[in-house]
Amino acid sequence: MTTMHSPALEVAVRPRRRMPKATLLIGLVLLLVLIVAAIFPQYLARYSPTDFDYEAILQGPNAKHIFGTDNFGRDILSRIIYGTRVDMQIAIFTTLFPFIFGTLLGALTGYLGKWSDAVVGRIADLVVVFPFLVLVIAIVAVLGPGLNNMYIAVSAVGWVSYWRLTRGEVLTQKKAEYAQAGRVLGYSPSRILLRHLLPNAVSPAIVYLMTDMSLGILLGASLGYLGLGAQPPTPEWGVMVADGKNFMATAWWISTFPGLALTLAGVTFSLIGDGLADALRPRA
Amino acid sequence: MTAPHLSVRDLNVRIPTPGGVLHAVRGVNFDLMPGEVLGLVGESGSGKSVTLRSLIRLHRPPIQMTGTVEYGGQNLLAASDAKLRSVRGGQISMIFQEPMSALNPVLTVGEQIGENLREHKGLRGRAAQERAAELLDLTGIPSPRARLSDYPHQFSGGMRQRAMIAIALASEPQLLLADEPTTALDVTIQDQILRLLLRLREELHMSVILVTHDLGVVAQTCDRVAVMYGGRLVETAGVNDLFHAPKHAYTLGLLQSLPGAGEHRRPLQPIPGGPPDLRSLPPGCPFAPRCAYVTEACRTGEPPLLEVAPGRFSACIHYDELPALKSTLEEVGV
Amino acid sequence: MTVPLSKSTPPLMEIHSLTKTFPVAQSLLSRWRGQPRRAVQALTDVELTVRRGETLGIVGESGCGKSTLARTLVRLYDADRGSVRYGDLDVLSLRGPALRQYNRRVQMIFQDPYSSLNPRMTVEAVLREALSVHHMRPAAEQPARVRELLQLVGLPPEAAGRLPHEFSGGQRQRIGIARALALEPECLIADELVSALDVSVQAQVVNLLLELQERLDLTVLFVAHDLRLVRHISHRVAVMYLGRVVEVSDTEAIFTAPRHPYTQALLAAAPTLDPSRRTAAPAITGELPSPLNVPSGCAFRTRCPHAFERCATERPALLKLEDGPEVACHLYDPVSTAQATG
Repeated sequence: MTTMHSPALEVAVRPRRRMPKATLLIGLVLLLVLIVAAIFPQYLARYSPTDFDYEAILQGPNAKHIFGTDNFGRDILSRIIYGTRVDMQIAIFTTLFPFIFGTLLGALTGYLGKWSDAVVGRIADLVVVFPFLVLVIAIVAVLGPGLNNMYIAVSAVGWVSYWRLTRGEVLTQKKAEYAQAGRVLGYSPSRILLRHLLPNAVSPAIVYLMTDMSLGILLGASLGYLGLGAQPPTPEWGVMVADGKNFMATAWWISTFPGLALTLAGVTFSLIGDGLADALRPRA
Repeated sequence: MTAPHLSVRDLNVRIPTPGGVLHAVRGVNFDLMPGEVLGLVGESGSGKSVTLRSLIRLHRPPIQMTGTVEYGGQNLLAASDAKLRSVRGGQISMIFQEPMSALNPVLTVGEQIGENLREHKGLRGRAAQERAAELLDLTGIPSPRARLSDYPHQFSGGMRQRAMIAIALASEPQLLLADEPTTALDVTIQDQILRLLLRLREELHMSVILVTHDLGVVAQTCDRVAVMYGGRLVETAGVNDLFHAPKHAYTLGLLQSLPGAGEHRRPLQPIPGGPPDLRSLPPGCPFAPRCAYVTEACRTGEPPLLEVAPGRFSACIHYDELPALKSTLEEVGV
Repeated sequence: MTVPLSKSTPPLMEIHSLTKTFPVAQSLLSRWRGQPRRAVQALTDVELTVRRGETLGIVGESGCGKSTLARTLVRLYDADRGSVRYGDLDVLSLRGPALRQYNRRVQMIFQDPYSSLNPRMTVEAVLREALSVHHMRPAAEQPARVRELLQLVGLPPEAAGRLPHEFSGGQRQRIGIARALALEPECLIADELVSALDVSVQAQVVNLLLELQERLDLTVLFVAHDLRLVRHISHRVAVMYLGRVVEVSDTEAIFTAPRHPYTQALLAAAPTLDPSRRTAAPAITGELPSPLNVPSGCAFRTRCPHAFERCATERPALLKLEDGPEVACHLYDPVSTAQATG
């Protein structure tokens, strides 16, 4: 018998890593700044965020207080720095639970389909017929103001987006031939779902997570502004904006600088989201 | 000898990509004679579709096209937009691989033919509908009058391709550009569509440029063949000559790699390796790395397309060393 | 060198009356009106025997059910009725571990080199997963086996650490083959294995399949629409039309003396490579009927030049002719021959 040998092929040499895009890099640098501020505010801030200083009430930006002081003489910059921790915490806790819960549920119902999908779909419909903010405010109003209740309220509402994104992606992925190959190879449903489908279906949810974090901060700020979120004297950017609203005409800096901080955090997460959307896409 | 219907000289198409400029078409020259069916064949990435699209300047910036496409005494690559619009879809029509995406799903087939009739023939109303029904009939669609009011989704795959041909023919073009028109179709339907094209060519005195990767389609339909590889034209010949005695090592390799060229269940003769990366072409002949006849000369300079026999052009240094194929091609068929 | 196959080669797989329909989504309105639920007739009473060690080509146009057949045989789809026997296994009733064991023996290779591999798993991870799940090798021996498998399909050992996107289409099909071979199957079902590849690359993969079949004693079901290719590699060929097997025969017999009018038309429609053998008339007229609305009696009668009365009323069964081929056509049934001529 003659043995035939197919010629060994050269594997094409292609660049193995794509350079991360500039957007992602800038986003990550900004995030690093935010994280450092959240962990080590005591080294960055020159003043206490909560101690009153009646010598320095309502000072405009100057050499001692770069961003000025508020009506209790507290240094705005120091409060913004200390506020980073609270707002980062809000960003994470308003999104992490909805992300985990919504993504897993989406993967499961997308894969199983049939009645599980129908039931969860109707529940999701129920949640989304209410305006997001109104529903959150209603839940917080029932549970009582405060950050923990805010997280519960947002989680009860926010999972729907993640569920929908992941479910749709799993529906697409499970038709791909690699998923069918997994079945013919005798792999268990849980292996196919968790090891094959989920890693390929989770990217849109991760990208959305980043956008959602900036929305989460804004939501925390809105609720703080309404008095339903973080309670004074906690240095939280939304609360600070609210505090300054009576002084807009005379002391613009009280509201403006925390507002800018909010914007900066939002931009940070958006940039990372954009960059991740590109970086997570598997190459064909 | 009559003057060519269309003359392409030194056509180059460059496509900027994140990984560098992709020189997709590199110095292509060919003539199309009146009434001729010219096959443009090649594998994926050979530049055949890109070439076809540049003939009527379908590429937009940042894609760059240079060279000349002479048609009716005009260089289409330099013509004004208005002039180009009247030629496109008028004297030159195009049909595509996927009729479903080329047809507008929210307009009836009758409306889409009528649109072309109004634009290029000035026909309206009843006259346009009459002519549209004639065109559907011409392309072999049964009960054409009734089907004018159907939407594309109500047609089967083969009927959609016929409808697209009817739209293309509405302006009574002198040249039809067909980009893989039967690739998405089943073999019995492909057979019908190809014969339809040949019949229409006779009846309407059109020339046709047919882009395909399927050598069988070429053998069945074309008068002359241009083979593309790595963005270049590597061989042009009359269809009989090409299939019986190819004059380029790539064409030969392609024909020899087809099943049917050898004994039942014996190994086929593949061309080793894969198509070249147009972003990093080797110096010399683009086929050299895969070629069985390669010599040092092939690697030093890119061989130009030269006339090697009357009416036959090849860009292969070793064209006269290649064996003829006639006896080895076994056929499927009854 | 080809494996000699005699008529007495024992059957590996026996398929009887295999039927599969796909219900079409129905609007609430039409359900309320009591309109019957429509269904795509993907497979209708398919009869087929696969012999050990052979390559059985399955050809037909889109909607003929050849892919559905392949997927039903590996249990990706559940059949409506019929039976599939594999040795002494009743394939359609297998569940759990028994089904896994069957799938280990009967593997499938998929068509699309771009979607048949998980884009996030390296070649090594893909192959080791298959080895672990079926306990083919202890973890310590897996890396060596991975290299062996790669060598078997003609890929260098460095391929192991790469991700699918770093390979060309032909190379990806080799990875798909290696993944199937990791389970040391007896039977490979290849669904349009090379149809997504460039012509010059197709031959490389076809050669690999021929070589592996011989080395590993594989039985191959080769589902394809490329008649020239099927002729080259198959011992026998089954022709399908609208969910039915219309003719099964030895390859040479199918291609040199096709019996069923559809087989004849299909072969005549396939473009020849000889430009001097052109004909002006199409091989066959008419469109493929919708699989939602299969003609009564013989499914091919609407396009058949020989159709007569009986074709519309009675579905022809697949009959074995004296000289070997099996054909589902009334023309070859003695009863109707008497009718038609008398």
